[in-house]
This record gives sequence, C-alpha cells and structure tokens, in this order.
Amino acid sequence: MAATQKDPVLVTVQLSGGNDYLNTVIPFNEPLYRDNRPAVGIPDDQILRFDKTYGFHPAMAPLKKVWDQGKLAIVHGVGYANSPRSHFRSMDIWHTCEPEKVGTQGWLGQVAREYDPKKENVVTVVSFGPSLFRALVAPGVPVACVAGPLEKYGFLPNIQERAQRLQVLDRFAKMYAPVAGTGVMEYLGTTGLDSLKGADILKVAPQKYASTVKYPDTPIARKLRGIAQVHFADLGSRIFYCDHGSFDTHAGQNPGHGQLWSAVCEGLEAFMADLREHDHADNVIILLFSEFGRRVHDNGSGTDHGAAGPAFILGDKVKGGHYGEYPSLKAEKLVQGDLNPSTDFRSIYSTVLEKWLKLDPKPITGGRFEQPAFLN
Amino acid sequence: MAYQEDIALMAHLMRRAGFGAGRDELEARVAKGYEATVEELLHPETQPAVDVYTLLRYQPASLLPGGQPPMGNVNFMYHLVNTKRPLEEKMALFWHHVFATGNSKVDNYDQLLEQIGLFRQQGMGNYRDLLLTIARNPTMIFWLDNNQNHGTAVNENWGRELLELFSMGVGAYSEKDVREASRAFTGWTFETKIPRLPYGRFPWKFEYRPEDHDDGEKEFLGHRGRFNGEDIIDIVVEQPACARFVCRHLYNFFVADEAQVPAWSIEPPRDQKAIDTLTATFRQSRFDIRSVLRVLFNSSFFKNARFKHLKSPAEVVVGSLRLVGGYELPRPGYGDLSMQPAYMGQDLLNPPSVEGWHTGPEWINSGSLMARINFVAELVGDPSLPGVRAIIDRLKTRGSLSPEQLVDGCLDLLGPVEVSSETRRELVAQAKEWGQTGWASETSAKTADKRVGEMLQLIVATREYQFA
Repeated sequence: MAATQKDPVLVTVQLSGGNDYLNTVIPFNEPLYRDNRPAVGIPDDQILRFDKTYGFHPAMAPLKKVWDQGKLAIVHGVGYANSPRSHFRSMDIWHTCEPEKVGTQGWLGQVAREYDPKKENVVTVVSFGPSLFRALVAPGVPVACVAGPLEKYGFLPNIQERAQRLQVLDRFAKMYAPVAGTGVMEYLGTTGLDSLKGADILKVAPQKYASTVKYPDTPIARKLRGIAQVHFADLGSRIFYCDHGSFDTHAGQNPGHGQLWSAVCEGLEAFMADLREHDHADNVIILLFSEFGRRVHDNGSGTDHGAAGPAFILGDKVKGGHYGEYPSLKAEKLVQGDLNPSTDFRSIYSTVLEKWLKLDPKPITGGRFEQPAFLN
Repeated sequence: MAYQEDIALMAHLMRRAGFGAGRDELEARVAKGYEATVEELLHPETQPAVDVYTLLRYQPASLLPGGQPPMGNVNFMYHLVNTKRPLEEKMALFWHHVFATGNSKVDNYDQLLEQIGLFRQQGMGNYRDLLLTIARNPTMIFWLDNNQNHGTAVNENWGRELLELFSMGVGAYSEKDVREASRAFTGWTFETKIPRLPYGRFPWKFEYRPEDHDDGEKEFLGHRGRFNGEDIIDIVVEQPACARFVCRHLYNFFVADEAQVPAWSIEPPRDQKAIDTLTATFRQSRFDIRSVLRVLFNSSFFKNARFKHLKSPAEVVVGSLRLVGGYELPRPGYGDLSMQPAYMGQDLLNPPSVEGWHTGPEWINSGSLMARINFVAELVGDPSLPGVRAIIDRLKTRGSLSPEQLVDGCLDLLGPVEVSSETRRELVAQAKEWGQTGWASETSAKTADKRVGEMLQLIVATREYQFA
C-alpha cells in the first residue's frame, strides 16, 4: 500500500533501564511518598505541579507544557502480572506481548507486515538505535536500522570518496542481483538489495531537510532529528523507534534521573516544534515507555528494580489527561515492595493499534484489553 | 595446485573447528598435516590457556561482571579472540547454543561465565557426564525453575527441556515421560542465595535436598524403578534418539546448516549417512564427544562441505578480529566490540530463549546484514592492522598485479574464499576501473594499499563471504 503524507505514524521512545515512576509523576499529597523517599525524594518547592494531585520531576518542564496544552496522556500503573524485574525479560515482554512465554515476533514488526505485506517499501519501519529492537522483528519484514548519523547510513560507510563509493555500491547491487540458485543465496540477495535500497532512500532525507528548529546536542535529540528528517521526506515510513537511557538508577538517582529526563523532554520539545514547523504534526503520536518502574522505598542513593510504571502518549491528536489509576503506595498494597500494576501494557497497544494505526489489536496483543481512550 | 588445495582444506577446517586462520598459520598447519592438526584441536590441553591476568589488568570488572552487559561479554570475547585452543572455545559456543541459558532471566553474568567454563572443561568429554554436570548447574537449575520442582509439587520445565532440547528432541518421549523425569529431579536445587548486599554476589552452589525428592517408583521410557535424576540421564543417553539428536546438532554446527531444531522431528537430516556414521561412533565410544568429532573432521562429508554453513554473528566477529589482528588486548572500547555479535542478532550469554538461536539464514535481516558487512569491512579496510598488513605484504611480493591478479590474490588471502563466476566478474570489473596495482613508488604504494583495502571490503560484502 502506498503511504500518503497523512497516514498515521507512530514514534516509540523506549526509556531503557526502568524509569522511576514516583519521581516522574509525583503524588505530592501522598505522605507515603515522602516517607518512602528520604534520600531521592523531590523537594516540595521543586515539584512541577500540574494539577491538584500530581507534579512532574523538575527536569520535565517541556513535558508539562504539552500537558498544559492538553496533548499529553499519562497512563498510570502500567505493567503485567508477575513482573520479573529483569531488564531483558521485561523488555522482551513489552516487545513481543508475551508475558508468559518467550515470544519471537515483535508487535510493531507485525504492524509493518499488516501495512506492507508485499514488502513494497523497505523503510516502512525505521529504527534509530544500537541494534534491532525485538519489537520490530517479524519474519519477512525489512527494518532499516540506523545506528549512527543518518548522513552516514548505508553499506561500507568508510569508503567516503563519492565517486568511488557510488561505484562500489553499484558493484554491490550487481553482486546481490537475483541468481538462480539455492534459497539461501536468493534470500541473502533480497535482503542485501532491500537494505541497499533502504539506504538509498533514507539518504535523501537529510539532504531535503531544512529547519529553523535547533535540537539539543544529545543522543536522543539526534535520533529524534533523524526521525523528523525521514518523516518530512515522505518516504512512507509509518513506524519509528528509538531509545534513551539508561534509567537504571540504582545509585546516584539525584541528579542522574533529572539529566535523563531533561534530555528526553528537550529532545521531544524540539521534535514537536519541528513537526509543527513542517506541518507534519497532526499524523504523529509519540509513545514513551520503560520496561518497569522502580522500588517504592529508596535504597539510600537510588532505587531498585520495581514493577508498575507510567507510559506517556503525546501528539496533537492525543486527548490529554490521566488514564488508569495510580497504584496505591500503602505497604499492604505493594507487591514485594513494588507498585502493583493496574493497567496491562497491552491496553495501551490496543488503543494505539485500533484507534491510531487502524488495525485489529487482537492478533497482535493476543487478546482483548480495555482501551484507555487517549485517542478519538 | 595440490598445495593450494591443502591450504583451502586447512582453511575450511580452521573456520569450522576454530575461528579461521591467517595464511602464516595455515601454512604451518599444512606442514604439520591435516590429521595431526585435527588431533591438536581435539587435545586443547597441549596448548596454553588464555591469560586471564591480562584480562584482569585491563578489564577488572569482567571477572565478576554482575548482571549488566557488557562486562560478561568482554570476558567471553577476550577468550574467543585470544584462545590458542580454538576447538575448545568453539565447543563452549556449541554447548551454549544447545544448553542455551540467558542473562534475561539469570541476571548474573558471573554464573553464565561459570557455565561457559564448564563447557570449556567438558565440552569434548563424555556427553553423559556433561548432561549430569548441567543438571547440577545452579544457573541451569534457576533458568529452568528446577528449584521450584518439589516432591509435593512438580515443575516440569527442566524435565521437559532435558528431553526436548538437550537430549532427544520432540517425538521421542511421551508427556508421561516428561512428568516422570521431572519427578526424578525433584530436590535438585541450589543453596539459598546469600543476599547481594552488602558484600556483592556470591557464587551459586548445587544442593540436593533428599527431603524434597520424590523417591517413589517411576516409569520412564519403558523402564521402571525408584529413579533419581542420574538414572534418568543414564536411560536417556542409551536412546537411539539421543545419539541422533546430539549428532545432528554437531552436524548442523560444524558441517552444514540444517533446518531449525524444532523441525527435526519432521524434516529428515540433510545427509542421513553422515548422521549414521556419527551416531555409530557416539554409541560405540559410549558418548565420547571427542571421538565423534575426530570422525567428523576426518570424514569426506565434512571436507566436502565448504561454504555450506552461514556464519553465526560470533563467527563473523571473532573470525574477523582474529584475521586482522590488533585486538588481543582488552583495551577500552572492548565493551562495544564484545557487543558486536548482539548487534548482528546473537547476544552471547543471552540467547533469546532456551531454544537457543535460530541459525543459518535466520541470522540474516536487513539490519543484521548491514551490521555484519560494515563491521568486517571497516576492519579489513584498515591497512594499519597487522593482519591486513600481512595480506598487503604478501600481495606486494607478487609484483605489479593485473586486475584479475588483484582479485584472485585478495580472494585467496582472505580464505581462500570461493565466489561465483558472476561475483568474480563484478570484482574484476571493479579492479579494471583501477588498472594495474603495484607498489613500485611511494605514491603508487599508497594507492595500492588503498585499492587492496577497497577490494577486501568489496569481497567481505559479498554473499559468498557470509558463509564458512
């Protein structure tokens, strides 16, 4: 299917390492917050209160602006039963929608296959990160993985002389031309040409890009800028993915956690300004999640692995507000010292899939889940 | 060309039984002889072990790396790159594929490295003993929940995987056998873990709790008795299905790519005769892996299987680092280097599940293909690396090279690599753009170095180079 400029686009920002819920969305009226956070609590006068009950971490001012505009949805208590408290396992669960067994197909990989079953566009999914996130993996689905700057994306990046490079890549294409041979050679050929084509397509994006928006000089802002470049180039990309971290603040949570959120929020602020400047804001939503929240009681300088956490969805088409319930901080309600999840993470996917990406969520999430109404 | 054929065969052996070898090493090994080289590989104790003190000095955190990457990977990568006992390390990798245990749940690279150490020690020994060792390995016990397998409440996770993934494969046993095997392993657990704070992690230790063991009678694969875990293993290894399963794994890893493991109960082996030969040895030698490997490496089915195996990411990364040289010391930056296989789809010490990695063509997707080609190309394109320098120096001695000579020389010294005539035609066409390559003057030498680097890059980018 040929994508048009106004097809819905999803940008996922993965906050890797386990983001601390209590210091992100702070329940400042709750005496138990103060009791549990003697070392890493946010002082009252620094909390960015955004309603009568909750406030953001002081590093999150740009996100508060989005809230004030009514464009930020906060989904509370997100997680799954029997949280394993392992980064890798938890991340796998988020990626594959399989909390019980080890899944092999990523939820967004399946989305890409639905959108482009004949694989007509090799840049339907574009990922900015160090590796191929499992969320994007599905058999036969090409994913363009950009590890460094977009300008240098492609095969053999260290052959830099232009004429030489074009010549070598032309050879590459010829060497990967379809051959009558074994299935494996054929498969390698297709994959090679897909990636080459992907590189070819993506490389025009930074060349076409012009913007007055200044992005901060952080890894996450660079990734978001890359996403903006590809999105503005109208290449039919529907799924973007990137990550930032590590939010694994066992120690030194002050000031580490704030620096992480500054980078994310300032990056997002620039990204959203860029979207608006290019009149590309109305078909993009951004999903922020982390694999788990952190322990309610701090450990003296940080917090250990926990369970429930918040997820955020922002964008011009998002209905801002609170969704779901902030889990109770009462000692008897905690599960091994952690907030008990009140919203299954697949609920969020279900809303995004059905209301935004216009797909039946069931085959991807593996069930029917209540859909928080952050999208019309 | 008999000598050239000897080199090609030795290169094949070293790619499969190890991580490849440069031309100097291949020549020395050819002089020593093929069978003698096989024997040396089968007896790693004749070669020095890796110097862990150097690792300790450069990367102290990699000795007990805890739960976060990449320090566990640094430790494994250092061994892979530096080992003088390539088959020992290859077997550790092999058993890591089979007894796939991952940090995703274990959350403890100390324990995973300990398990890899067991594979180094016992990987070429007796399979029955190895199975018993792994059944008692606390890391495995935790990974497959055997610590939750109680006399009064059976947990079948370990019992099932022992039969399905570690010894016989689907179809060789009934659900009742799974149940009975699991009962036999009740009480096989580990000592209560000492809390991590304040002194850090303590090693996990196996513990057998007779009071938690179900000592009743069991019926397993046609045998009846008050079996304990060890009895189950003794029954399992005698099954013809066990010999076939283990030998097919060895064939898939060392000889040629097979279907994925879950399909083995449906799809016949690629070479039934080869499997028969290996299983006969397995049983006659009473489960001695070294004996099976000896037959395998000396067989004609192995010698004729050149480039029938798609390199795993570990083979790509380790093979390239050993070829180009200069990465022996675990300097700063080794962390990222050791995560390279993960970027290509093989996160060592953290397989996606107990099923291990899917191999062969399943290693390849657009991202992983780009990752592997770019990684290798960057290395071979750097003439300052000793292994690349060695290739250039050998080419230099051949005088001024025609385009065909440049292509064939590079193909030869990178392997020898065999490519299709279409691929060679493209490589030659590229070399013709450059004309003659020679090192007569200082300027031409500089250009020639660059040309060789670019030709090597183009070769490692070919489809053919993805195979070993």
